[in-house]
Amino acid sequence: MAFIEVKGITKKFGGLTAVDSVDFEIEEGKITAIIGPNGAGKSTFFNLINGFHKPTSGSILFEGKDITKIPVHKGAHLGIARTFQTTHLFEQSTVIDNVIVGHRLRTKSNLFDAIFRTRREKQEEDKAYEIAMASLEFVGMAHLADTPVSTITQEAKKRVAIALALATGPKVMFLDEPAAGINPEETDGLAQLMKKIAASGITVCTIEHKMQMIMGMADKIMVLNQGAKIAEGTPDEIKNNPVVIEAYLGGEAIAEVN
Amino acid sequence: MDLFLQQVFNGLTLGSVYTLVAIGLTLVFGILHIPNFAHGALYLVGGYVTLMVMSATGVHYFIAIIASIVVVAVLAVLMERLVFHPLRNSPPIHDKIAAIGLVLFFEALVQLVWGTEYLRMLTPFDNNISVAGVSMTSQRILVIAVTVAVVFLLTLFLKKTMMGASILAMAQNREGAFLVGINANKVAMMTFAISGALAAIAASLASPINLVFPAMGHLVILKAFVVVIIGGMGSIPGAIIAGLVLGLTESMGATYISNDYKDMIAFLLLIIIMTVRPKGLFAKGVY
Amino acid sequence: MDKIFNHRTLIALLVVFALVFPLIYADNRYVLHVMTIGFIFTISVYGMNIIAGFTGQLSLAHAGFFAIGAYSLGILTTRTEMNFWLALLLAVLITSAAGLLLGAIALRTKEHFFAIYTLIVGYLIYLLIDKWDGLTGGIRGLIGIPIPDPIGPLNFESATAMYYLVLFFLLLSIFIAVRIVRSLTGRTYIAIRNSEELAQTLGINTKVNKLISFVISVAYAGLAGALYASLTRFIGPDVASTNMVFNFLMYLIVGGIGTLSGPLVGTMLFVWLEQFLRSYQEYHLLIFGPILVIMVIFFPTGIVGGFYRIKAKLQQKKVPKDNKYFNPVPAKSTKK
Repeated sequence: MAFIEVKGITKKFGGLTAVDSVDFEIEEGKITAIIGPNGAGKSTFFNLINGFHKPTSGSILFEGKDITKIPVHKGAHLGIARTFQTTHLFEQSTVIDNVIVGHRLRTKSNLFDAIFRTRREKQEEDKAYEIAMASLEFVGMAHLADTPVSTITQEAKKRVAIALALATGPKVMFLDEPAAGINPEETDGLAQLMKKIAASGITVCTIEHKMQMIMGMADKIMVLNQGAKIAEGTPDEIKNNPVVIEAYLGGEAIAEVN
Repeated sequence: MDLFLQQVFNGLTLGSVYTLVAIGLTLVFGILHIPNFAHGALYLVGGYVTLMVMSATGVHYFIAIIASIVVVAVLAVLMERLVFHPLRNSPPIHDKIAAIGLVLFFEALVQLVWGTEYLRMLTPFDNNISVAGVSMTSQRILVIAVTVAVVFLLTLFLKKTMMGASILAMAQNREGAFLVGINANKVAMMTFAISGALAAIAASLASPINLVFPAMGHLVILKAFVVVIIGGMGSIPGAIIAGLVLGLTESMGATYISNDYKDMIAFLLLIIIMTVRPKGLFAKGVY
Repeated sequence: MDKIFNHRTLIALLVVFALVFPLIYADNRYVLHVMTIGFIFTISVYGMNIIAGFTGQLSLAHAGFFAIGAYSLGILTTRTEMNFWLALLLAVLITSAAGLLLGAIALRTKEHFFAIYTLIVGYLIYLLIDKWDGLTGGIRGLIGIPIPDPIGPLNFESATAMYYLVLFFLLLSIFIAVRIVRSLTGRTYIAIRNSEELAQTLGINTKVNKLISFVISVAYAGLAGALYASLTRFIGPDVASTNMVFNFLMYLIVGGIGTLSGPLVGTMLFVWLEQFLRSYQEYHLLIFGPILVIMVIFFPTGIVGGFYRIKAKLQQKKVPKDNKYFNPVPAKSTKK
């Protein structure tokens, strides 16, 4: 049984086919990357697995369970986390206040607990705080816990967003262009962080444009073009795949890779 | 049968006014993503300016309407510049609240300047005409004729001019429009100017039938929202069809169901529609 | 330590002031009445703050629900001569039930659609009250709504007694609002306000949470409406008018939307301001309208938010540069 198995998934918007019968498997504990030119359907593919879009046809299995039609929040409960290109963090709040809510899905306190401030509420608040701090520690942002998000750097925001996803207690993390808009040294740092996440037993799946980063880090790469899968394999296989070179990488990108 | 025809005709008159107001609203929404609650204030000011220009200077009704168009269009542009433009990056609640502030201000202003009583607007079109057994004032014919002309001219403008094309482009894809170098500020101001002008025309046309008073914008704007949602936010043909349908339904409802409850028809209709289709009847299904 | 109500002494002082207030103005029914009305509106605005300020959904049907609370109490006490306290409880329950039903439908719509939908629902409630003569008395309104029944030796015949009764409900309402906002539940609401998409990926059932917070907000409106009916003894369709909801909104914005003390500050300020400017009644909105616009552009978190911004600046804390949306709520459980 594959960890995540995508079978013949297709998504059409009106007459436009954004994702075209893609078959794909994600292996547990590995780093998988999805690449492709702009408009290749990468984000739509993420949104399909994540549950934001319902596929026109096809199915998605997570640990053998059909998750094709479940709502987004239920997927999170099963252990599917994701980050967005724009981090969506609440800029006016502190870093820690943003991350605490990540553990909310594992707590049971309700309105009654809130109003009467029951023992359960207090215990769960403490737990949520501890987990948030641990997540920040993991991504190396614990020192910024009490800083308002709007004052920290773009790279720090990306890391905090990852901490927030970690706080949900995921089995797999989908990262939508985590390295977009940050400089090369910081990109290396993020690659290290992704390896660290994978090493801790959480499967990583990422969309990325920075080839060098992908090639040095991914265990497996899938290439999408115009909604269809045109290749998949190890970084070396992808680098030497003539279809990929022709359809996507082109002269410029190859220069960057080599 | 005569009664029926009469109601069809009244419905068309009513629907024309809704359509004009709703087109302005839908343009602003489609392009700037602002539900302009202050649109009713533009309508209100439009009615008063026409009336006051006529009674103060004695000029012809049409000239007064033109004056009103200019005043309200300028006012709408000022709204955009001074209020909505500064709020363009704020959380989505804020622009709506600002619009509500504008409504409160303009209603109070109108009351201060012109008082609270109901005023009559006398026009040269108060004679009765009888066509096919249906008797009507020529004002009602004027409402329909002007609406048709305005919608036609507006369509020409949107389809044939550079500015119009930019407005449509922005309505369809805001980011894309930026990429091809459309001046977003200019388009926004133009859109508000058009929406203000349409509100002024609608108010000036409806006032001889409905009187002029400080709360005259309330019901009209709420119903225009109904029209915009039914017709699809940003869609001009949708606004036209939905406006006429609403006008006819209300006119029939008032005659054959109950005059007391006729104002509820639109709102009940909307509630039913939004219950079934939360994004409106003709919403585009793209995520 | 807490940041919003951080000075416990200040809160204690305010409560003591509220408690001794009737002793200072024992002979002045008018002052007590205005204060009591202010408290009632404050309860309603706290409700609005929960759905609009914390969960981020602008509901413009709030006056409609205020009216449902008021009319429920009025009809139950005048038509069926039901015990006041039972009627009060029922009024809150009826309003909440109406909120649950309407919320379940209305919350399927988003952002602008939600605001428009609720505005229209509010207007429809107004029209229903206005037209349904048989039940509501139409434009003539409901008269002769009784004062609360005595509880043992406590009776509510004096203005002072009503004042204390309403004060009790106000303190309870604020207490519950503070507890909710500073809990995991409150964090959930704020996460939804911040980004529904993100909240969903964090495993939050946004539909259910929005609905619950909507019903809480509506229950506040119902309680306030019922108290209002009993205080004024007469209600007309005006309590459901859009002007009413715009007033609530103005109190909330000027006080500070999404802050814990904003509803109190904004409502009390305006209720007294309106009294002082009574001779200029018609011109109120000429000033208040632009104030609303200026506030949302330059001080989006109102007086309270602005106060904390300045305070944070004075204390040389890291305040986001030119960040007018800076809003230190909730500022809790960040243990040191």
